Amino acid sequence: MKKEWPVWEVFIRSRSGLDHRHAGSVHAADAKMALENARDVYTRRQEGVSIWVVPSASITASDPEEGGELFEPAKDKVYRHPTFYDLPDELTHM
Amino acid sequence: MEIDINRLDLEFQAKIDSGKTIEPKDWMPEKYRKTHIRQISQHAHSEIVGMLPEGNWITRAPSLRRKVTLLAKVQDEGGHGLYLYSACETLGISRDELFEQLHSGKAKYSSIFNYPAVTWADMGAVGWLVDGAAIMNQVMLTRTSFGPYARAMVRICKEESFHQRQGFEIMLSLCNGTAVQKHMAQESLNRWWWPSLMMFGPRDEESTHTEQAIKWKIKLKTNDELRQQFVDQTVPQIELLGLELPDPAIKWNEERGHYDFGPINWDEFWRVVGGNGPCNRERLAARKEAWEKGAWVREAALAYAEKQENLREAV
Repeated sequence: MKKEWPVWEVFIRSRSGLDHRHAGSVHAADAKMALENARDVYTRRQEGVSIWVVPSASITASDPEEGGELFEPAKDKVYRHPTFYDLPDELTHM
Repeated sequence: MEIDINRLDLEFQAKIDSGKTIEPKDWMPEKYRKTHIRQISQHAHSEIVGMLPEGNWITRAPSLRRKVTLLAKVQDEGGHGLYLYSACETLGISRDELFEQLHSGKAKYSSIFNYPAVTWADMGAVGWLVDGAAIMNQVMLTRTSFGPYARAMVRICKEESFHQRQGFEIMLSLCNGTAVQKHMAQESLNRWWWPSLMMFGPRDEESTHTEQAIKWKIKLKTNDELRQQFVDQTVPQIELLGLELPDPAIKWNEERGHYDFGPINWDEFWRVVGGNGPCNRERLAARKEAWEKGAWVREAALAYAEKQENLREAV
């Protein structure tokens, strides 16, 4: 038998009210162990109040080669930002 | 095809020059990948092997305060090894392959851990000097071009600052103690000084990787620059402890604005790198034993996970 424990991606919520953020990864035989390992590896100094673990194999990532097609269409749509609109300085609370 | 690779190479270098990070799925030259696997794994192995000389002192720490500190430090080192192995695996090598390279001797780890920690003062000197030297290198690496490596370094640097401080505190206590304790601190400084200077690697003119490493921002300073920085930082600390300088050639050079220091014994450096230091065999044997004796645990955990998975599917 020569099989590795699968890799899990670890996401941590650092404080109540914040998003979970990617912290790194761990190897573990199952989800419970992945949570325990993530706790030991990534929260030795109270870095989190909540942990998600996700099997790395379940993540579908965008291809950097296709970055242009995916993200460039938004580049010329400046009208999606509030600063695009010319309004008088006297206007407040907007 | 030839032209295509050249173009990709140029674009890749331009990306690094502009300060962008390289991420695992980005195109990268094969040599960049290989160099990073070698360097990051060597760094990870150093953390793991580095647990051995200190782990040996946990049960013999002189007080509970020192004991919990040392335990926390060794746990951090285990954690740092894991961050680095994970970063390395994003380059397409498995954890088992990395361990295999360590155990077969194909991959190296920092030679400093092939020296023995023979007295309690060594726990002070290791934290102060060895971690101090490592931090200098690691602070530089927080700005390296490979994203996962740089991010692991940020985390490691944040956690390591206490490692050096606790080491200095141990030295300070000994220096403020009895004559015997102070003597122990002096001997420890004398023993760890030269190996610590060797941690920065061969002299620039003999370092084969430096030029390429600087181009790829794996290195932002040369070995000799970092070594000088370490000497300049450490000499006043030695004076603060009231210890004698471990090298009679150490002298402030007004013109250079740096401390001069004596020649390093490079024969010793290459002997230890080559596997013939005081503890090379012992360290590697300890790692291999842990790996082999842990095999049944790894297998049992997987078998249990598979069984649970099958039961769930059967319901």
